[in-house]
Amino acid sequence: MSVATEFKPKIVAFCCNWCSYAGADLAGSSRLAYPADVKIIRVPCSCRVNPMFILRAFEKGADGVILCGCHPGDCHYSTGNFYARRRMTLLFSLLDYLGVEEGRTRVEWVSAAEGVKFSQTMNEFVEKIRSLGENVRLGDLRCKN
Amino acid sequence: MQELVNRAKALLADGTVQRVLGWKMGDLAYNPEPAFFENEEALSDFVYNSFCGANLSKYMIEASKKEGKTLVFLKPCDTYSFNQLLKEHRILREKAYIIGVGCTGKISGERIKEAGIRGIIAVEGADAFAPAETLQVKTLYGDREIAYKDAMLERCHVCKGKEHKIYDEIIGESRDTADSDRMEKVREIEAMSPEEKFAFFQNELSRCIRCNACRNVCPACSCRKCVFDSTKFDSAQKANVDSFEEKMFHVIRAFHVAGRCTDCGECSRVCPQNIPLHLFNRKLISDINEFYGEYQAGEDDTTVGPLTAFTTDDIEPSDARERG
Repeated sequence: MSVATEFKPKIVAFCCNWCSYAGADLAGSSRLAYPADVKIIRVPCSCRVNPMFILRAFEKGADGVILCGCHPGDCHYSTGNFYARRRMTLLFSLLDYLGVEEGRTRVEWVSAAEGVKFSQTMNEFVEKIRSLGENVRLGDLRCKN
Repeated sequence: MQELVNRAKALLADGTVQRVLGWKMGDLAYNPEPAFFENEEALSDFVYNSFCGANLSKYMIEASKKEGKTLVFLKPCDTYSFNQLLKEHRILREKAYIIGVGCTGKISGERIKEAGIRGIIAVEGADAFAPAETLQVKTLYGDREIAYKDAMLERCHVCKGKEHKIYDEIIGESRDTADSDRMEKVREIEAMSPEEKFAFFQNELSRCIRCNACRNVCPACSCRKCVFDSTKFDSAQKANVDSFEEKMFHVIRAFHVAGRCTDCGECSRVCPQNIPLHLFNRKLISDINEFYGEYQAGEDDTTVGPLTAFTTDDIEPSDARERG
């Protein structure tokens, strides 16, 4: 007996409490649809996201990880997202270097007023992950399968 | 070498320093090890030859906690690590008397073994200041020869320069050894497809036995509390039994030293499995240079590091990809 299995991507979205999380809320209350595959984790600031969180998400089986924060210059804590931007630039570049497809990681600046942008971004991102398929790498970099 | 010993004895005798941090002979002909010498007699074990690749900067963390000054011998590339540790307030400048020693490129027993020479008993021509062009290797199976250049550590082929960045005095001549492009291998990997990249790294990292040598030797890995130490026991446990840290060890470590790594190459030198760990650090260094301007960690002890600074018009992660 075979079961038809449609690929359901697991996507982790780290959302800043002050902007993107409210943006997601706005998307919801404006009845803008985005896939249920996106699991939102609320963080106090995009800067709170330790690069290890992203690695851990991949290790635990995420197929894509997206970080949403306030637009540069609009950080609730003034400068948090500037630091986050540098960190993520380097981390994502390092992940590319290790062979994780570049589409699996993304940073997007979404304000609390941009419900439409939030919904669009998530739709695009899920589509991208669907096309890339399951993340088989980075589960274990140190052991051969 | 005698010059260094004499100078150390003089400084011990006039009370300038309380102890000497240098190298002593190891149990084999090609593995001298870092050592503290407390008095003049102990200095009879002192050695400085072409095998003395060990970076002594990290030992200054311990020495900074001790009474009085410590005489430390630093090669040009070690002074970068020293500066970086100063910047991070891990060591105290006033506790160190630095003698910058000349460097003519360091060689390693591993490289000689890689060339197919086994059973090494003694190596001639490994004088630190006047090395021979060709090393005479006495082995269990007879005498062999190897060019000095072929026995040199990878990091010496891409040497940052023979200028001491911090010192009280300098002894010995240096010789330029750089003859390759530091980022060559990084560029080569960047050009691969994701599948090839992953296969390459998995192949390298699957040899890792998690001995933690790379962490323990790394001058940048000197946090009082390391994420890879146990939180449950007082002693620094060998490995935290956590599958995440096990699997991601090298990625986490590379990121933790990003912007602070001076590319001293100690990680690759000590790896018992010969994993080219410097490739992670160099990728990050190459990205930092490209995105945020040329930066060399440890160039001085004041410049703000690239990950503790920002500009309002930094490159976006998505744009960085298109360029990289």
